Amino acid sequence: MSERPGPVGPWQDASVVSIHAETATAKTFRLRLSRPKTLMAGQHFIIRLTAPDGYTAQRSYSIASPPGDLPEIEMTIERLPEGEVSGFLHDEVGVGDELEVRGPIGGWFVWDGDRPALLVGGGSGIVPLMAMCRHARRFGKPELIRMAVSVRTPSDLYYKDELEDSGVTVVYTRQAPTDSVRPPGRLGRADLAGLLDPDATVYVCGSTGFADAATELVMEIGAPVDRIRVERFGPSG
Amino acid sequence: MRRFTRGFAGRGSSTRDARLPPGQYDAGRDWPVLTAEPTPRIDPSGWSFAIEGLVATPRSWTWDEMHDLPQETVSRDIHCVTTWSKLGMTFTGVSVDALFEPTDPLPVASHVLAYSHTGYTTNLPMADVTGGRAWVIWAADGVSLAADHGGPARLLVPHLYFWKSAKWVAGLRILDHDEPGFWEQNGYHDRGDPWLEQRYQGD
Repeated sequence: MSERPGPVGPWQDASVVSIHAETATAKTFRLRLSRPKTLMAGQHFIIRLTAPDGYTAQRSYSIASPPGDLPEIEMTIERLPEGEVSGFLHDEVGVGDELEVRGPIGGWFVWDGDRPALLVGGGSGIVPLMAMCRHARRFGKPELIRMAVSVRTPSDLYYKDELEDSGVTVVYTRQAPTDSVRPPGRLGRADLAGLLDPDATVYVCGSTGFADAATELVMEIGAPVDRIRVERFGPSG
Repeated sequence: MRRFTRGFAGRGSSTRDARLPPGQYDAGRDWPVLTAEPTPRIDPSGWSFAIEGLVATPRSWTWDEMHDLPQETVSRDIHCVTTWSKLGMTFTGVSVDALFEPTDPLPVASHVLAYSHTGYTTNLPMADVTGGRAWVIWAADGVSLAADHGGPARLLVPHLYFWKSAKWVAGLRILDHDEPGFWEQNGYHDRGDPWLEQRYQGD
């Protein structure tokens, strides 16, 4: 890595600049940081909620926006069933609200912007990969990035408009768009054919099941195990 | 005094389980998986565990040799830095004390670097892995440890954040200094006490 992440730093206030729905269950929150620090594509922030009695709940969320957007950052947050934090953010938070955040965090699942990368995301696992993809496009090196995303149906796809004509491979596992030639089905070797540059670092992000299947797949197409970085999303509320 | 979040009442601290450190929530029946690497498939027949570095007698154990040592089953809570905790789990394995006994760490030993069959590392003070505080375990809640939870065997240091409990553990290197491991080089705390919320460097 040509860059190392700095220390995480203290909690800071961030104001909500905009909120928009990506899908029926996911919203993108754009926040303006009061004390922005260097950010790398792939890193995450923590949001902490504090009740009047001092009770706190905090969760980590990946950043979807490129580092060049600082002092603003975007997080796409899925509303989880019973999600204490995600539910509050979806139902109660509005533009102009202040949230307590901390970050950026993570020095492993990050792309430094110099080397070829293959990004493989499942569902909401697209979020940190989108930061890498946007970063590459922002500074004029889109050819460094190859990206494949797996979602259940067209209505589960985040950043749909932006992904159209972007060269990103989108695989539908349950229901494909009517004009799709590929029948619905799990991500397979054929979907990744030709996407792996021999020098690429591979970034896999998604649920545990997806991450395990996708890492097997990228190893099958020739990615060395020590070039694969994985981020798994468990239930995190 | 910290400002509170407009409109957030939380689930109520009165019903909060006293076993939960600050900022943690009870994952209930779930045991989330968080790993930075592909899950390796390690057959017990090829598994080994070594203690090396600043010891009088370095040695290693095969799977069968490890199982011949006195086993313990302990009940403990575990706390992941990503804020889930899992309460009242039981784990079966061998205490690190029992592994240190025949190797006899030198008096200058101050820290260990735990390393895994995958190359993962994490650093711990000697005091956190001795005195009945750390184990090499191969069963959780009565069943063999699954590969994605670190099976066939992982380190268990339940009083620290769970990234210290190295999955697929292959050994402990005994050192006379602290040497940051994988997550610690990537911004996470060198000790990781959940009750002090030592999540990141500088906490």
